[in-house]
Amino acid sequence: MNDIAIHVENISKKYIIGALQERHDTLRDLIVSAFRQPFARKKNQENRVLWALRDISFDIHRGSVVGIVGRNGAGKSTLLKVLSRVTEPTSGVGEIRGRVGSLLEVGTGFHPELTGRENIFLNGAILGMKRTEIEKKFDEIVEFSEVTRFIDTPVKRYSSGMYLRLAFAVAAHLEPDILVVDEVLAVGDAEFQRKCLGKMSDVAEQGRTVLFVSHNMSAILRLTEETLVLEKGKVIMRAPSPEAVDFYLSSGFAETGERYWQGDEIPASAAPFRPLALRIRNGQGLVMDTVRSVEDMSIEFEYQLFAPISGLRIGFYLMSTRGEFVFTTFDTDEPALFEKLTLRPAGRYISRCKIPADTFNEGRFVVGINASSYRIQRYFQDERALTFNVDPAGAPGMQWPEQRLGPIRPRLDWQIEVI
Amino acid sequence: MSVEQNQLPVTYLKPAKGLAALNLRDLWDYRELIYFLTWRDLKVRYKQTLLGFSWVILQPVINMVVFTILFGELLSVPTGGIPYPIFSFAALLPWTYFAGSLSRSSTTLVGSANLISKVYFPRMVIPISGVLSGFVDFAIAFIILVIMMLFYRIIPTWNLLLLPLFLILAMLTALGFGLWLSALNVRFRDINHLVPFIIEIWKYATPVIYGSALIPEKYRFLLGLNPLTGVVEGFRWAILGEKYVQSFNPEPLFIISIAITFVVLISGTLFFRNTERTFADII
Repeated sequence: MNDIAIHVENISKKYIIGALQERHDTLRDLIVSAFRQPFARKKNQENRVLWALRDISFDIHRGSVVGIVGRNGAGKSTLLKVLSRVTEPTSGVGEIRGRVGSLLEVGTGFHPELTGRENIFLNGAILGMKRTEIEKKFDEIVEFSEVTRFIDTPVKRYSSGMYLRLAFAVAAHLEPDILVVDEVLAVGDAEFQRKCLGKMSDVAEQGRTVLFVSHNMSAILRLTEETLVLEKGKVIMRAPSPEAVDFYLSSGFAETGERYWQGDEIPASAAPFRPLALRIRNGQGLVMDTVRSVEDMSIEFEYQLFAPISGLRIGFYLMSTRGEFVFTTFDTDEPALFEKLTLRPAGRYISRCKIPADTFNEGRFVVGINASSYRIQRYFQDERALTFNVDPAGAPGMQWPEQRLGPIRPRLDWQIEVI
Repeated sequence: MSVEQNQLPVTYLKPAKGLAALNLRDLWDYRELIYFLTWRDLKVRYKQTLLGFSWVILQPVINMVVFTILFGELLSVPTGGIPYPIFSFAALLPWTYFAGSLSRSSTTLVGSANLISKVYFPRMVIPISGVLSGFVDFAIAFIILVIMMLFYRIIPTWNLLLLPLFLILAMLTALGFGLWLSALNVRFRDINHLVPFIIEIWKYATPVIYGSALIPEKYRFLLGLNPLTGVVEGFRWAILGEKYVQSFNPEPLFIISIAITFVVLISGTLFFRNTERTFADII
């Protein structure tokens, strides 16, 4: 029992949707609604219940690094919130041995008017560090964050990269017994990301427990031994990471080469954007989940705008099931098209991207989508919207029945000269 | 290794049922956070202001000047022979502290929504640091009072030693009401609009510009139901000495005020503790 760091038993968490969507922000609203439907409330409430977590039970051993993956809304963040005591479970019990430290979203708890030095102390205290601990670690934190020169500058003058580095540095030096990391590596340059991952494996090597939530499958594979897959508030799989990631990426709706979005899968923050469907079409234009590598294929995304959006771009991210990115492309990559479509009026659209033959190697690929206005707003994102298979029949080099390495399989122009 | 493991703190997660305990132990563990939040509040408050800390002095002094002209000169409010400027300043000092503390502690919780939905810490830390950061302002404005005492040649009596007690009373009152209002504010943002209004009315319900002696003795205990009456009259009694209270008997006022303060403080803490577990979900 002593080497268990986290033990949870039948944890459930209920949210009343009404409390979010129709929140009585003011007393007046509450009074008005009480008069309008004095008896109806009880009955309606049943429909508005959302179980963010349902009957979750697991044990996590001390010193293990466990990944948590799941689609948006699967309950990952709620689980972390319950484990770090930000919110209480609706039912179920748990036992946490040791101090929990969470790596916060960039700069939560930072005050823009205070200097880097002051924020280190403030942030450390928020994360539960003692003053003496912070003093002891101070130089190390500053060095790790690479902001030494600006340590006495108010952080509002920092670049977002510096901000992030400082925030990570404080949390990483917190030395909690259990470190909870929620998708922090999504930002920052590659060099710093590497450094953060390195720091996290150090933490694990010191016998601390790490819970790592990410949509970045390659980071999950690199860092974690074991992964929990969450879906609709339940742990649907717990397995060694390669197995779990494979399951996660290829599970579900990929059978038909088509994906629709239902109302509850679309976050409220997406408005006025609404995703409708994503389809993979083969060389004949048929919707298929398997395409041939020697034929053209296309990916199309259907969506609706309820209001005009300026600077909108629709992006496809192609990934292997191992989580490596193959390429990223946006519908307004072409500068002329970008100029022309500065404002996309309300209406229903399809953004279709044709991918030429001889692009992919054999295997399974994941399409992620993103709808955003650059540096303004991200309307919608789904990192694993759909998966498809590539059949290599007829591809270059098929005369040798061996596996070709790498996610792409281009048909290249070789010349062999006798000299 | 196993020894070390046994020392690890164990946290139990469970749904809260029934009344939450006061759990002051938890609060004590986070005392350094209280210190840092208070310190942040002070650092930030006067940054990018032209006059900086002078605001701390200007606010009560300007109030005093206006009151002296209006109520001291034009309306001649009876002060029991005390010069009106020091009569009102002795009351404005704790009042300004109280009003600032109440307003900070009731509204900063919602202002920290970001933090509350991401990190665990005892939520009471925020209203507490809201009432503590006012002490520095108070100390600075106190210098003005000392200068005025010298100017009016007021000889301090032993009563002055009890001044900190009345300051603590002001702090506890601000905290008690601040706990109620900040917890309610999480649910109903009306509180944000209500607080300045409450403070405005409260100022007139408290003997700041007038003295308790103005109220007929029969009804004077009603004034005591407002804990700030005890604070303000306590300040005058401590600073101006027995001479001031010759015209009325302040002890019953003090006792009622102290009793009310504790009722509000304890009920506020219980209410806060019982609602704080849902803060992260609804803030």
